[in-house]
Amino acid sequence: MSEEKKDIGQVFLDEVNGEAPVEEKQKKPFLGKAIIPLLAILTGLIIGAILIAATSQSVWAAFGESIGSGFSQAWKEIITAYSALLTGSLGDPGRILRALGSNDARQIRQAVNPILESLVQATPYIFAGLAVALGFRSGLFNIGVEGQLFIGAACATYVGYSITGLPAYIHMPLAFLAGAAGGAFWAFIPGFLKAKTGGHEVINTIMMNWIAFRLTEWLLSGPMTRPGSGGLPLSPIIQETARIPQFFASPIRFHMGFFIALAIAWLVWWLLFKTTWGLNLRTVGTNPRAARYAGLNTGKSIMLAMTLSGALAGMAGAVQILAVNHSMALGLSSGYGFDSIALALIGNNHPLGVILSSLLFGTLRNGATRMMVVSAIPIDIVDVIQAIILMFVAAPAIIRSIYRLRKPKQEEPQVFLSGWGGQS
Amino acid sequence: MTTTSNVIQHKRIHEISPARKLGIGISEVVIAVLIFFVFALNTAADLTTRFVMTPGGITQGTLRDIVLPSKTTLFILAAIVLAIGIFQLIRGFGKQTNLLVGVAGICLMLAFLVWQAAGMSLNLAGMLSSAVLLAVPITLGAFSGILAERSGIINISIEGMMLMASMTAAVAGSLSRNVWVGMLGGIASAVLLALILGVLSIKYKVNQTISGTVINIFSTGMTGFISQKFLQTIPGLNQPVMFSRVPLPLLADIPLIGPILFNQNIFVYLMMIILIVLQLALFQTRWGLRLRSVGEHPKAADTLGINVIRTRYMGVILSGVVAGIAGTFFTLGSVGRFDEGMTAGKGFIGLAAMIFGNWMPVGSLGAGLLFGFADAIGSKLSLLGSVIPPQFMAMAPYLITMIVLAGFIGKGQAPAAEGEPYEKE
Repeated sequence: MSEEKKDIGQVFLDEVNGEAPVEEKQKKPFLGKAIIPLLAILTGLIIGAILIAATSQSVWAAFGESIGSGFSQAWKEIITAYSALLTGSLGDPGRILRALGSNDARQIRQAVNPILESLVQATPYIFAGLAVALGFRSGLFNIGVEGQLFIGAACATYVGYSITGLPAYIHMPLAFLAGAAGGAFWAFIPGFLKAKTGGHEVINTIMMNWIAFRLTEWLLSGPMTRPGSGGLPLSPIIQETARIPQFFASPIRFHMGFFIALAIAWLVWWLLFKTTWGLNLRTVGTNPRAARYAGLNTGKSIMLAMTLSGALAGMAGAVQILAVNHSMALGLSSGYGFDSIALALIGNNHPLGVILSSLLFGTLRNGATRMMVVSAIPIDIVDVIQAIILMFVAAPAIIRSIYRLRKPKQEEPQVFLSGWGGQS
Repeated sequence: MTTTSNVIQHKRIHEISPARKLGIGISEVVIAVLIFFVFALNTAADLTTRFVMTPGGITQGTLRDIVLPSKTTLFILAAIVLAIGIFQLIRGFGKQTNLLVGVAGICLMLAFLVWQAAGMSLNLAGMLSSAVLLAVPITLGAFSGILAERSGIINISIEGMMLMASMTAAVAGSLSRNVWVGMLGGIASAVLLALILGVLSIKYKVNQTISGTVINIFSTGMTGFISQKFLQTIPGLNQPVMFSRVPLPLLADIPLIGPILFNQNIFVYLMMIILIVLQLALFQTRWGLRLRSVGEHPKAADTLGINVIRTRYMGVILSGVVAGIAGTFFTLGSVGRFDEGMTAGKGFIGLAAMIFGNWMPVGSLGAGLLFGFADAIGSKLSLLGSVIPPQFMAMAPYLITMIVLAGFIGKGQAPAAEGEPYEKE
């Protein structure tokens, strides 16, 4: 117990002298920080490949003939599947070259569409990943991004279809901000409960998730249902003026939301690392007791962090509605909220890292659709790979022992979490 | 230092603070007012509510229907709750406060049913019987949570373990044509996941919520993958044999209670057996004391010679066993085939039931039954032509849990060392 006290004192001193330990970590070279996530991704893809080979009937049949032909068949299957994944997500290089040679704008667009579609898939991931990362940086585990995303999407949808006659430059931002506000409100509740009663945000956000699912289910089959949808839980289509513009004609869905996401990521970075607010949030996140000694209002900080995190989650829902779907259905999210936990951790809870990991998973998810068509491998394999990567990123010791890496000199600070019974 | 503060905290929950006394009293009066003004005054005087007291298709332990005059019944229920509330405000019930809150809650539910079914007939026994069945995965999920959390490991992957177990049970049950093999297969898969949770949280000291999330994502992906790759293309893999209804001799003949509790399938009996074993083992045996001490104060437990690491592994693995049983319920005890995502958040409601039940087996059963009942009412509401959407009923468990967690009804007491990896010095 005594060394715990010393620790607090040390952190407090660092804080006073302006040498927050968080800053020190930033000085590490990029490769040193990226090596664990990169090896985790590699290992995840290798295990995915093994899964593909192990569940293929033709591989088993080939192994029945001889071990050699078994391995060669397995290799062939993996190559077919993963090259389908690559061409599905990044385009066929041959086709892109040919299109560029032909100088036909339409052909070029079609050839690079897979890349653009990967960016479309990555967009909600960036928002959701930022939401989780901002929470982690502030010492909060926002596992309720999924619910906040649904509420944000519902708010954006409502503003999107119910208001008419507004010009697009007002209606579209209004609908987007409505989404952010919805998500922020949904996250503020657990933040408030944590600050005022100590109820742990993990449990409360999980509960809020399920309340959000039921609420949107009711909204879409009741007050917000599309006339003539025949009882299907489906919202009306939003007005043209509320839509986030897409850059190209119909089959290409690439939209401005991607750039909004990048801008918001920059904003989050600026807020977290360049402002006093951000420093306060991070101090409360790294050591709440030291923060309290330093005279920071931890309760306010918690509520602020949750609200901002929820706003980002709400934007993830809003951007999907306003730019891609144009109406809300129950199958809005393919688990963005839970994926975002992996994204934030793989990206080291840094906005730039989140963008990179979001691009990776947007690409994987987009390519998996093509892989399903070519090799009949269910798209769910992305979830499996994702879980494995998350596991390795969360437990770097496993990766280090696989690849015989040396231990780092200083222990990585871990996202901490105490029990959830209400003691703070 | 921590020990003394814990002792103080434990003491506090047994006393009822004046603010809580007032708050509970006022809520009870509000319930009474609600029953009186919303339910009773909106019911025509000549209506009766008929409660059918035997579940459909049951021949043992039958009971005659009960016909109640709707309006009078509602007045009486309002009066009972009002009396409880006023007594609470003036004198207070002391230790019995929570019990009386429960009585008021039951009165509210009964009043709601009388009001909704005024002029109609409602199969109350059938509803209770299905509530018990719906409570099985929730309660077992809560037991699974208790086993892990009492040893100091947060387990939010109950849902994932249940999902994996339900799929494995479907495959094992289909291949072997034997329910027990199916069940064992399901349990084995859940235990495997529990082992991963244990290794990540105990050995590698990964944040336990993240380890749980890993397992949840993995299970969703893996079950979806296998289901699409194999179960949907090879139908023989997804037709498990099911556990059938087993009426217990003599007990099943008790009117009302017999059909509801003792004429069910094996999972309901398993739930009761695990309840008794768990309650006794946790609080009456040396094993239970050790498990709890590891969850409350691992350092002290270690000083006394208890192997903290081994005890935590045991807690997590047993948690996996129980979550596995809960998962096999879906395929072998309820639906008879595996569907993607078929656990539909029951694991998380189980977590809620555990918190509502204050990390106690008996309390969790109560919470599980309550949530199961809310589920059963929800599915009946639309049949009764109710104005209340069934989704709102389905929200109830989550809302109640948040209220409990915020300390409005009575603060739960989580194991003190929960979520903290143990480092031996």
